[in-house]
Amino acid sequence: MIKKIALTAAAALAISGGAALAAGGESHIHDVQFSFEGPFGKFDQMQLQRGLQVYTEVCAACHGLKYVPLRTLADPGGPELPEDQVRAYAAQFEIYDVEKDEDRPRIPTDHFPENTAAGAPDLSLMAKARAGFHGPYGTGLSQLFNGMGGPEYITSILTGYTGKEKEEAGTIFYENTAFPGGWISMAPPLYGEDVEYADGHSTSLHHEAEDVSAFLMWAAEPKMMDRKKTGLIAVIFLTLLTVLLYATNKRIWKPVKKAAKEA
Amino acid sequence: MAGIPHDHYEPKTGAEKWVNSRLGIIGLIYDTMMIPTPKNLNWMWIWGIILAFCLGLQIVTGIILVMHYTPHVDLAFASIEHIMRNVNGGHFLRYLHMNGASLFFLAVYLHIFRGLYYGSYKAPREITWIIGMLIYLLMMGTAFMGYVLPWGQMSFWGATVITGLFGAIPLIGEPIQTWLLGGPAVDNATLNRFFSLHYLLPFIIAGLTIVHIWAFHTTGNNNPTGVDVRRENKEVAKKDTLPFWPYFVIKDFFALALILVVFFAVVGWMPNYLGHPDNYIEANPLVTPAHIVPEWYFLPFYAILRAFTADVWIVMFADWITFGIVDAKFFGVIAMFGAIIVLALVPWLDTSRVRSGRFRPMFRWWYAIFIVNFVVLTWVGAMPAEGIYPYIALAGATYWFAYFLVILPLLGVIEKPEELPETIEADFNAHYGKSKDDAAATPAE
Repeated sequence: MIKKIALTAAAALAISGGAALAAGGESHIHDVQFSFEGPFGKFDQMQLQRGLQVYTEVCAACHGLKYVPLRTLADPGGPELPEDQVRAYAAQFEIYDVEKDEDRPRIPTDHFPENTAAGAPDLSLMAKARAGFHGPYGTGLSQLFNGMGGPEYITSILTGYTGKEKEEAGTIFYENTAFPGGWISMAPPLYGEDVEYADGHSTSLHHEAEDVSAFLMWAAEPKMMDRKKTGLIAVIFLTLLTVLLYATNKRIWKPVKKAAKEA
Repeated sequence: MAGIPHDHYEPKTGAEKWVNSRLGIIGLIYDTMMIPTPKNLNWMWIWGIILAFCLGLQIVTGIILVMHYTPHVDLAFASIEHIMRNVNGGHFLRYLHMNGASLFFLAVYLHIFRGLYYGSYKAPREITWIIGMLIYLLMMGTAFMGYVLPWGQMSFWGATVITGLFGAIPLIGEPIQTWLLGGPAVDNATLNRFFSLHYLLPFIIAGLTIVHIWAFHTTGNNNPTGVDVRRENKEVAKKDTLPFWPYFVIKDFFALALILVVFFAVVGWMPNYLGHPDNYIEANPLVTPAHIVPEWYFLPFYAILRAFTADVWIVMFADWITFGIVDAKFFGVIAMFGAIIVLALVPWLDTSRVRSGRFRPMFRWWYAIFIVNFVVLTWVGAMPAEGIYPYIALAGATYWFAYFLVILPLLGVIEKPEELPETIEADFNAHYGKSKDDAAATPAE
């Protein structure tokens, strides 16, 4: 019977996966193995720092990260920049200070700048606002174990340009295999070797795309490491509690069942 | 409490006597906890405790979330991000609250289906069933309004679509919709009133839960055989029952702990799986999402709503006979609310005098199809309304109504039930008796 309950729960989860499934376009999202997938997955600190670099040097030209406080760059489980580097990083952006009625450099308690100049969407939550790889074979099982796949979507977009362009009503659209509808108004932002990594890591298009996708996942879900750890502790203690209650239940009912047997 | 005879509370110490002669609260708690409960209850009788837990969880996490949430169209989305990033433990509390709603509905569906199989709604438990249905309706309202609060794209467009259903009612529909929204469209007034009601309704649910428990404590629990507890005197009643504490409390807690292992795994490792990515985009009245999909627990009724399109003959007939007042949109709304109304009326639609499906050979098959149909409706509700899906939805919706309006009334007349056990004690002893030495520790279904 317990097995039945578990199966029912699993079935309910599988059904609801259909909801997410139905919402995707007919775009081609490929699976990417990220270090933070699965219950024990962790952000790769170096990758997040590289992604921050790609974001700062390329994406930030048009996009913003208005919900992300700069100080969180130093938080454990994230890019973990040293405090002085966070301060230096923050100071390169200006912010209008209401009290002083003038612009001043940002400090770590300020947020990343928002950027609406080019009409580009804010990227703070982009990695959670898109679903990715629905596989294998459209079952959505990858999402069950690896997360909804927002970072895969971002990687697929960044690497999905075919090079074709078209002009419609004065706007240039670029063909992209990952974008729903196939034509995106964002010009290809990355070509490979767009930045120079301090750690000497490869700057091929794929590596840059994956690095910035990982960074954006962290930006969208900075507490992911905390969450998985809390989940693990809860599961361990609740399993222990379950075993104890099972034994207690067994013991309490024993005389009753024995009496029934002898009846 | 009335019903099954059992030992009542006797104050022993001086302090107890002092309290008891002024307020009967200890006796009330004692009699509630020690209520005689049929000893053959199986594992499908655990969902009540799970539901009580869910209500508590949602209220506690919700009250804390409210401390950090701002109900304003310009600030709501940002305040959720504040909870996710800056509030200590806020991200986990929010995910508990989000996924708590899913556990709540999973449990309520299993609870309702248990009642449907074992005939828990039949006399004398009709009031228990009706109160339960009211709780279920309030749960749907609360969940719907709660989903609007983060002010994401699905929040906004879900609210627009669902309140639009009221707009489909002829003549009075649009004034009702405007009244519900507090304006011509979903806006700040809507968010504020939904927030207010989302906070209020759970406490009404809590009150109704007490009435729900009061009702079935008056009649006594149903049980897998549907046979009544013998109540001539205490000694006979004791043969069929065991006190709720500790036998069923510990059993229920064991089940709760096991379910919580799964629940916390979901919250910790895949908290967004049951949600929708579009709700991480701030609401924008100018951009409609490609597919507006409700949360999974609304999908069966969403499928019924969309099933009756203008090319279905019964819709065309209704349109013709009412001179166009009942068009396809209004028909869909009637069907959706009707689906819940027939569910609520099942105590009077089911004509069989045998409660438990265990002894109803024909009913068992129709019931199995009903469950499969529910799963199919859930699935098809998430699919786009094109291709073969509307036909599947129509077939599913038809079976839903046929089950309550045709099959259940007819089965009571034509079905020959199997032989019922004499007593609950006999059923229990037969299960654990010598013939079943090797049976597992779990009572059979």
